[in-house]
Amino acid sequence: MTPLLDTALDLFLSAILIGGGIFALVGSYGLLRLPRPMQRLHAPTKATTIGVGAALLVSALDLLGQGQISWQELLITLFLLLTAPVSALFLAKTLILRGEADPGMPDSGTGQPWATLAEERADP
Amino acid sequence: MRRLFPHPYLTLTLIVLWFLLVNQWKIGSLVMAVILGTVIPLITSTWWPDRPRIQRPFALAAYAVLVLWDVIVANFQVARIVLFMPRDRIRSAWITVPLELTQPEAISLLAGTITMTPGTLTADMSACGRALLVHALHAPDPDAVRDDIKARYEARLQRIFA
Amino acid sequence: MILPHALTFFLAAIAVSLVLNLWRLATAPTLTDRIVTLDTMAVNAIALVVAYGIWAGTGLYLEVAVLFALTGFVGTVAYCKYLLRGSIIE
Repeated sequence: MTPLLDTALDLFLSAILIGGGIFALVGSYGLLRLPRPMQRLHAPTKATTIGVGAALLVSALDLLGQGQISWQELLITLFLLLTAPVSALFLAKTLILRGEADPGMPDSGTGQPWATLAEERADP
Repeated sequence: MRRLFPHPYLTLTLIVLWFLLVNQWKIGSLVMAVILGTVIPLITSTWWPDRPRIQRPFALAAYAVLVLWDVIVANFQVARIVLFMPRDRIRSAWITVPLELTQPEAISLLAGTITMTPGTLTADMSACGRALLVHALHAPDPDAVRDDIKARYEARLQRIFA
Repeated sequence: MILPHALTFFLAAIAVSLVLNLWRLATAPTLTDRIVTLDTMAVNAIALVVAYGIWAGTGLYLEVAVLFALTGFVGTVAYCKYLLRGSIIE
């Protein structure tokens, strides 16, 4: 690799890492700062995922720069993107069932209650 | 063929996932991947009897790129709200999103997209499966958020899963 | 050249995040908040492992990260399912 390209890659990777670190910090800070339980669900699902995503991207490009190709980063990224909504949904359902969610939930508009609060619940 | 491979897409996905997991291209990994890709769909097929009907696979790829971009934008918005907005000015809202999608796969994809994108989070579904309960972190105008979800994501998914 | 410094910053940011999470875990008002915090801690731990892997210059740590991603998710769902249904495996 030419020295110029090397420096450009170095700067690029450093920028991604610093951005990712800030986002991870924002996610954990949001958990402390946001006042309501439902609001607190937003910060970790989004900000932390970007923090890990940045680390994974840098790891993949860094190994690529050394001539190794690693596909596991892609696997972890895919896995986190697929599981974050599922765990957020489960946490939201737990909050709703335990009555800790924000008040003022609207009607579903279909004549049926929300699934978590229905009498005969299907498997969650 | 149909009985041996009840879910061809799932089989393909499992083979690719196995290769990503072992991180090397060897003939032994291929054998293991094919074994897993055949056995897992067979064992679990009782839990998903229907196949998803995907009409436009390429539109699905374009959708994935759109969502990935939105995830990054979403993070900047959420970070700004978390860091700089005074606590009592954050206007959270519940939003009901009536669904036109009927396939379970399409609905779960929409629910996941809503959670990953700007300031919204899928919290629940109505017992009949025709409406989603969405929580927005900061939405002064909840109706606009609902229309945005329907126009930006649901309309695209409707074209993909016809 | 400056990548090691950026890496140090990233590791420090994750460490501070984990300390904030621990503080939250101790002072959380509800049980569900503790589960949210544990989920966040799992994701932060994955970031820590991956960043350490970059620092060590090998891809070996990624396998640890894969396992962490798997067990962290299953753990969160198991806690929630227990609170929702009263049992984990029905």
